Amino acid sequence: MMESLLRAAWRYRGFVMSSIVNDFRGRLARSRFGAAWIVLQPIAQVLIFATILSGVLASRLQGVDNKYAYAVYLLSGILCWSLFVEIVQRCLTVFIDNGSLLKKMQFPRITLPLIVIGSALVNNLALLVVMLVLLPILGFYPTIEWVWLPLLILLTVALATGLGLLFGTLNVFARDIGQVMAVVLQFWFWVTPIVYPVNVLPSAFRSTLVINPVAPLVMAYHDVIVYGRSPGKELWLTAVVAAAMLLMSFFVFRRASAEMVDAL
Amino acid sequence: MSGDILVVDNIGKAYLEFFSELHRFARWFGVPVKPKAEHWVLRHAAFSLQAGEAVGVIGQNGAGKSTLLKLITGTTRPTEGSVWCRGRISALLELGLGFNPELSGSENVRHAAGLMGLQVDEIERLMPAIEAFAEIGEYFHQPIRTYSSGMQMRIAFSVATAVRPDVLIVDEALSVGDAYFVHKCFQRIREFREAGTTLLIVSHDAGAIQSLCDRAILLEAGRIILDSKPQEVFDYYNALIAEKENSKIRTERRDSYVATESGSLRAVFESLELLDGSGEPIEYIGVGAPVVLRARVRVNAHVPHLVFGYMLRDRLGQPVYGTNTQYTGQVVEGSDAGDVIEFTTHFDAALGPGSYSVSVALASTETHLVNNYQWKDLALVFTVVNADHPTFVGMAYLPSRIEVRRSLEQTGEP
Repeated sequence: MMESLLRAAWRYRGFVMSSIVNDFRGRLARSRFGAAWIVLQPIAQVLIFATILSGVLASRLQGVDNKYAYAVYLLSGILCWSLFVEIVQRCLTVFIDNGSLLKKMQFPRITLPLIVIGSALVNNLALLVVMLVLLPILGFYPTIEWVWLPLLILLTVALATGLGLLFGTLNVFARDIGQVMAVVLQFWFWVTPIVYPVNVLPSAFRSTLVINPVAPLVMAYHDVIVYGRSPGKELWLTAVVAAAMLLMSFFVFRRASAEMVDAL
Repeated sequence: MSGDILVVDNIGKAYLEFFSELHRFARWFGVPVKPKAEHWVLRHAAFSLQAGEAVGVIGQNGAGKSTLLKLITGTTRPTEGSVWCRGRISALLELGLGFNPELSGSENVRHAAGLMGLQVDEIERLMPAIEAFAEIGEYFHQPIRTYSSGMQMRIAFSVATAVRPDVLIVDEALSVGDAYFVHKCFQRIREFREAGTTLLIVSHDAGAIQSLCDRAILLEAGRIILDSKPQEVFDYYNALIAEKENSKIRTERRDSYVATESGSLRAVFESLELLDGSGEPIEYIGVGAPVVLRARVRVNAHVPHLVFGYMLRDRLGQPVYGTNTQYTGQVVEGSDAGDVIEFTTHFDAALGPGSYSVSVALASTETHLVNNYQWKDLALVFTVVNADHPTFVGMAYLPSRIEVRRSLEQTGEP
């Protein structure tokens, strides 16, 4: 079943690519700086975090002797979370948003989440590149651990796609799922060590991180970017969960697609 | 058969309703859950199409036409049976879907062509032809938001027909803009057909089917009830509608317009029928055919003078012809509650092809402004079709005879 899905996606690769490009074109049309906004937004984000958190509030991160450590800690967490949340949120409504198209045109439905992933990846890579360029200026020099980044991005995409596709498919039939997920995602942000270091958590809470598959991912981003060390072993857990979610979501997606158009 | 290009094999479509969506989800995992209800919108549909055939699909609203087409194009899957097709199916049902107003015409064309499954290099190869067919000049490279709706349709049609499909599904009522482009579109569709494309044409309008197709399929309440020559299907359809007319179902089905009624109801129309020469109810009338308009009127309270009037209007509501029993000197005097009066009007449908409506009125004088008892606009709607007369244009049928005389050239004799 995966095979025919992948074959259809491959046949429509040109369409997926051009849709991703069009997605940006449509969003950036009629703006003076055009494509530059893809990079300008993340640059602004990095600069704001660096000046406000490190310059004005003087937040410090334990264990790292750098004025900008907390800003970078926050940024690397957000690098992971923003990719995750963008894919999940857009996948949740991707079939509903394209309802009229799905009802009238015959094309592989799997292309829709692929377009979402592609455009989220472009956004995320822009932020990543900006960060990697600006990090040395903030005193964080490149380390060999950066080679982990592609794998971490891949894992984030896999986990987010599994979750987004699963609930996005179910959301077509039971629209409450989309509403509930919006709340769940907010809660999820705060139970993931993005704005706070893990060691500020009471030990009772720290053990609950095990059941949060995003936590090891975010911590791996921290390890690689802030602490310059290899990610911990818990990452395996995330990989297993991501693979399971992906398989599960593909299964449900295949089963649901016969009835999906009827519910749109 | 070897010549078959599309085979619809006993397909049916049911919408399943569950007590809870959880039941539906559980079913995907193999849990044997019975749905609460099955709504069959199409059942036991079976037919096959040959290459180069033109087949019409007719039926009233809700007969299952669009479901059948969705199943054939593959946007929705049959609950039972299967559709087999050799080659590409294209549908011209709704144009311009998925267009992004901020993008230029050419970018939208690329997107739409990709959605049709064309590869990038193919699209680039077809681009000049698509641009040329649309004939919108410099606008092709401007954002679509600056287009008129007609220009958008031009682009949409050009890309939708950029590649000749093996089966083309066309909605006869599809609007593609100005008259010039409509002709251009139909010319392209004709060319496709000559090259072997099978046409499947959907319409409410039996007349259009008759002129375009060599076969027609009649759908009623989710079943194919007839698959035959257009003329035969057309007659059957007429009869079917007439039957509905009698059982008064049709009036409820008229959702596309609102019939206006007014009056004091001292006298009311009990029934109003349009009959053909043999007394059968009709909705489609041949040009020049004899027609009977029969109105049964019930009197509810004493009415000293009763005048019946009717008017035929064209599609735009312009009066075509009207008269009343005051003008004809047939005023009914002194009728009392409980009286039933029948007015039978005979006329010939000396009208041009098109859709017409009938307004009727009951009043005490020739204008319905004084003692208006009942006034009904759009009381009946009928369509005049030119089936057996030479083609003519206009609203009136004025049978004429043209004499053509060719004389020898004069040779100079006085």
